[in-house]
Amino acid sequence: MKGKMTRRTFLKTAGALTAAVAFPVSRVEVALGQKPGEKFTFAYISDSHITQIKGTEFVRNFDNGLKKAVVEVNFMDPKPDFLIFGGDLAQLGKKEEFEHGLEMLKDITVPIKWVIGEHDYYLDLGKYWQEKMAPLYYSFDHKGVHFVVLNSILTDDDWTHKRWPTPEERMLQMARLDNPNGSPFMVKEDQRAWLKKDLAKIKQESPLVVLSHSPLYKIFKPWNFWTDDAEQVQAILNPFKNVKILHGHVHQVLYNQIGNLTFNAFMATSWPWPYVTTYSQLPNKMPALTVPMNRADPFKERDGTGWGHIELPAGIAHHYELWENPARVVQKTPGMKQPEDTQYQFPGKRISPQKHY
Amino acid sequence: MRKYLSLCFVLGLLICGMGLFIAYADPFTEADLKKWNEAFMAAVKEGDSLFHSSKLGKNSVSCDMCHPHASNAHPETYPKFQKQIGKVVGLREMINWCIQNPLEGTPLAADDPKMVALEAYITYERRGVKLEPGKH
Repeated sequence: MKGKMTRRTFLKTAGALTAAVAFPVSRVEVALGQKPGEKFTFAYISDSHITQIKGTEFVRNFDNGLKKAVVEVNFMDPKPDFLIFGGDLAQLGKKEEFEHGLEMLKDITVPIKWVIGEHDYYLDLGKYWQEKMAPLYYSFDHKGVHFVVLNSILTDDDWTHKRWPTPEERMLQMARLDNPNGSPFMVKEDQRAWLKKDLAKIKQESPLVVLSHSPLYKIFKPWNFWTDDAEQVQAILNPFKNVKILHGHVHQVLYNQIGNLTFNAFMATSWPWPYVTTYSQLPNKMPALTVPMNRADPFKERDGTGWGHIELPAGIAHHYELWENPARVVQKTPGMKQPEDTQYQFPGKRISPQKHY
Repeated sequence: MRKYLSLCFVLGLLICGMGLFIAYADPFTEADLKKWNEAFMAAVKEGDSLFHSSKLGKNSVSCDMCHPHASNAHPETYPKFQKQIGKVVGLREMINWCIQNPLEGTPLAADDPKMVALEAYITYERRGVKLEPGKH
C-alpha cells in the first residue's frame, strides 16, 4: 500500500540528518532596535513525550524527534547561551522514559534549564524531576533578563491526592488530553505568592521572561490549553513593561498578546496537536493573531514537529525550526504592539496549507 | 348461497387489504427511534473507547494523541483523492492507514464491528458539519 513508512522514508530522514551534520544551522541575526542589554539567543526543545512500550523498547517516532532536535541544536553557530526544555520529557513519568530522554539530551553542549510538564509530574508528583533535573519552580538571571520558571500544571488537591486509586491511574488520566474526567491546570496560591515576592526586587522596565508548561491564558478548557488562575498570574505580571511568556503543552505555532504580555508557544518534537478550532462541537478562544502552521501531513512523520530558538532582550524574535516546512519567524520589536509573523501575518500573504483546516 | 358467497368475497377483500397494510407500511414509532438511536450511541461509545485505547495498535500510541475529540480527522471530506495513497479512498482506509503506521498495528476488516464503531465515533464528533466529499 502506498504511503507506508518504508525504506524510502528512512533514506530521506537519513539524508536530512546528513545535511544537518554537513551544513550547520546558523542563527538569523535580527536587529531589534537596541536598548541597553546585550542581545542573546537561547534554544528550546519541548514536549518530547518519550514513551516506553516495554522493556527497552520505546516509540521510535518520538525518539526520532528528540534525537533530531538535539543534533540541530548542537549545530547552531554561534551556540545558544542555554537550552530550555519546555516540559513533557516523559509520556507517563516513568524512570525508564526520563532516563532514555536524558540519554539523548546528554549530548547537548550548553546548560539546560528545565520546565516541568504534566506528563513529568503526575506519576510521582515531581520526585524524580526534583532529584535529577531541577526544582519545580525557580528563577534565574541572564544578561540583564530575569527568568522565572513556574510549575503551572498543578491542579486541585482532591483530584491530585484522593480521586485515583493509584499513581499510575492518575498519570493515565492526566495524560489524556480530551479527558472528561480531567482537571484544569493551575499555578495556585503558594506559587503566586512566591512569584510576587520574587518579582518584588525587579524593576518594572526590566525584561522579564516567564517559562511555563501551561499557557498562562485561557484557550480551550476541554484540552487543558488553559491555566485556571491565569488572570491572577497575569495581574502579578502586568505592572512589568517587557514580559514574554513562553509555554509548551500545545504542540503548535501559537502566539498572542494580552495587554503588556506577549505569549509564544514552543513547538513539540513529538507530534502536533490540532488547533482548537478543529473541534466543531464546543466554543474556543483561539487567538485571532496566530497564523497557523501548515496543516500537518500524517504521512510525513516529522511534519508539525520541530524546535526553536529565541532572541532577546528588547523585543523577541522566535524562530520556529519546522521539519518538513519552511521555518517561521514570529517577532515583536520594541514599538510593535503585538507579535507578528514576519512573512504571513497579513491575510493576503497566507498560503493554502495554513487555511486548509 | 349467493349472499354467503358475497360475504366471503367482501371478507376476503378486507383480509387482503389488511394484509397489504401489514406487509408494506412502516409506521415506526418514537419508541423504535429511541431504541435504534441507543444502538447507534452504543457504537459511538465503543468507538470512543477504541479511539482512546492504546490497544488498537502495538506501540501504545492511541488515535486521540493526534486527534483529541476526533478533531482534525475531516470525516466530512471522505471519499476523496488521498494524494499520499494515490487514489480515492473512504474514511475507513484512512483509519486503517493510521492503525498500521503511527499506531504500528494490524488493519481492521472493512466490516469489522470495531471499524464501524470507530467511524460512528469520528463522524459523531463532527456532527452538523456540512459534507464536502473530495475536499483535500
